[in-house]
Amino acid sequence: MLPILSLRSSNHVPSSRALAVFGLIAVIVMMLPAVLDNYYMRLMTTVMMYCVLAWSWNFIGGFVGYPSFGIAAFFGLGAYAGAILLSAKYIPFWLSPAVGAAVCFIAAVLVGLPILRLRGHYFAVASFGIAEVFREVAMSWTDLTGGGMGINLPPQKPLFGTDAMTFYYMMFILSAVTFLATYLVARSRLGIAFRCIRQNEAAANMIGIDTTRSKIIAFAFASAFPGAAGAIYASWVGYIDATDAFDILISIKAPVMALLGGVGTVFGPAVGAVVYLVFEELVTRNFLQFHAGLLGIIIVVIILFLPTGVLSLVRQKTERT
Amino acid sequence: MTLFFQNLVNGLLLGGLYVCIAIGFSLIWGVLNIINLLHGSIIVLGSYIAFYAFTYLGISPFLAPVFVIPIMFWFGYFLQLGVLNRVVDQPVLITMTLTFGLDLILNNAMLYAFTADFRRIVFKVPFDNIEVLGVIVPMDRVFAMGLALLLTLVFYLLLHMSRTGRAIVAVRNDRDAAVLMGVNVKNIYAVTFGIGAAFAAAAGCLLAIIFPISPAASVVYVGKAFVICVLGGLGSIGGAMIGGLALGVIESMGVMVAGPEHSVLIAFLLLLIILVVKPTGLVGKRGYE
Repeated sequence: MLPILSLRSSNHVPSSRALAVFGLIAVIVMMLPAVLDNYYMRLMTTVMMYCVLAWSWNFIGGFVGYPSFGIAAFFGLGAYAGAILLSAKYIPFWLSPAVGAAVCFIAAVLVGLPILRLRGHYFAVASFGIAEVFREVAMSWTDLTGGGMGINLPPQKPLFGTDAMTFYYMMFILSAVTFLATYLVARSRLGIAFRCIRQNEAAANMIGIDTTRSKIIAFAFASAFPGAAGAIYASWVGYIDATDAFDILISIKAPVMALLGGVGTVFGPAVGAVVYLVFEELVTRNFLQFHAGLLGIIIVVIILFLPTGVLSLVRQKTERT
Repeated sequence: MTLFFQNLVNGLLLGGLYVCIAIGFSLIWGVLNIINLLHGSIIVLGSYIAFYAFTYLGISPFLAPVFVIPIMFWFGYFLQLGVLNRVVDQPVLITMTLTFGLDLILNNAMLYAFTADFRRIVFKVPFDNIEVLGVIVPMDRVFAMGLALLLTLVFYLLLHMSRTGRAIVAVRNDRDAAVLMGVNVKNIYAVTFGIGAAFAAAAGCLLAIIFPISPAASVVYVGKAFVICVLGGLGSIGGAMIGGLALGVIESMGVMVAGPEHSVLIAFLLLLIILVVKPTGLVGKRGYE
């Protein structure tokens, strides 16, 4: 079978039934703040933030197949961009996610040009290195970033009702936009180009795909959305420092969530984010001393026993019936 | 000028230990094609074993590698045989994430067992510092470096002289051909990982002589291993040696010029530049010796 045929298979573009279910869930999530208490508001906001990060990672790591371990670089960059501009009162609060995204988009194009020439292990190490460099710069550029002291953000006037609702809906809108981008890319020519590169980059080049351009677009998408998420996160928690904003765990969690749900699929990353965070919440509550270790165990179990994600279990079931 | 030479000496002495950190990492990366994020935690585990052996049994950390190496070799051997061999052919995303998961487990277990307190081996160093032309040479570090280089030499000889060593090189160069020659690849993978783990833990013993011990240090060590491997080039003992010594010197010179807070930044900027400009590293070539 020609690979191009398999690229159009139904796995890549969700069925209308799946979309309807997803839309229903989105509507429910939109109405939830009416009934949730503060704890669940915070949890849901975190879930939506990680949906954004996992979907973003999916552009470069899933569709294009470049193993990025550097999402934290752009999450942190967006957080710092938002924090610096907001505390200097250069931009209004509602604009900060867009500014975070724009800064990260530009940074990703500049960084992507050199490092997207690398492949496999070298790309993985380079993406990891980018996050380290960004963190160290944030740590030592004291005049701009506060260095080790971090930045306190000024409190903002809520855009929707209360503070909690404001951040809830900001993350909701951002995750909706990220999903829409994922969906549109998955069914577009660009999405086909991405999957061609994943399967065989040299062959993709041969059939006329501008691989450099495609990879940079994917990398910029994978960086712009975390940038917006970072900017919202900064206002949400009110204080950021370099170790928190550029935490390597962010870089690892995003691909782990995508793996958990299904790499390179449209819904997989979000499903993975939800499953992972629910599990993490249960685990953290009960095993405060050993929760990082238990997360490690989750990762090992996923990789050894569920390499194609939990969605594949559901799919197998529906295909059998 | 004395300051320059002092920094050069410090850098080279530190670099000797960096060589020891990087050799196992480079070996595993080269032969198994796995970026082993567990490496840092194994180094720290080696430090803890040396620490407890010294505190409770009074064994000098200079002698600790004698028993740490076999323990950690078998630890690595069975870890590879039982867990990592199952994914060794998978893409880097899978293998790197798996080793990260294992690292979380080991690191958290150490945090739980040994607490986050910084430990320090406090002992009377049997050697006094000497002074050569105004440059102070700390003899404990000289011996630590000497031991690190001795281990490297032993490893080099093993790779060249022993049947297993030749088999490791064969698998590194062409896995399929090695299978045809009758090499048991799964076993060689396990041996390779075992050697990598043993080296990491031995490096941990030597680092414990000089630096405080804490589970939090593991990330720093992995970062160093990355930089050294990329700097020197992957897949040869020579590469790891040049990369390690170069990083040691660059860091201590960088500290002199730019201040100590920038040493990590310098190292990682160097990593990115080398990756982009010359991804094979300074002396990189294909084939592990």
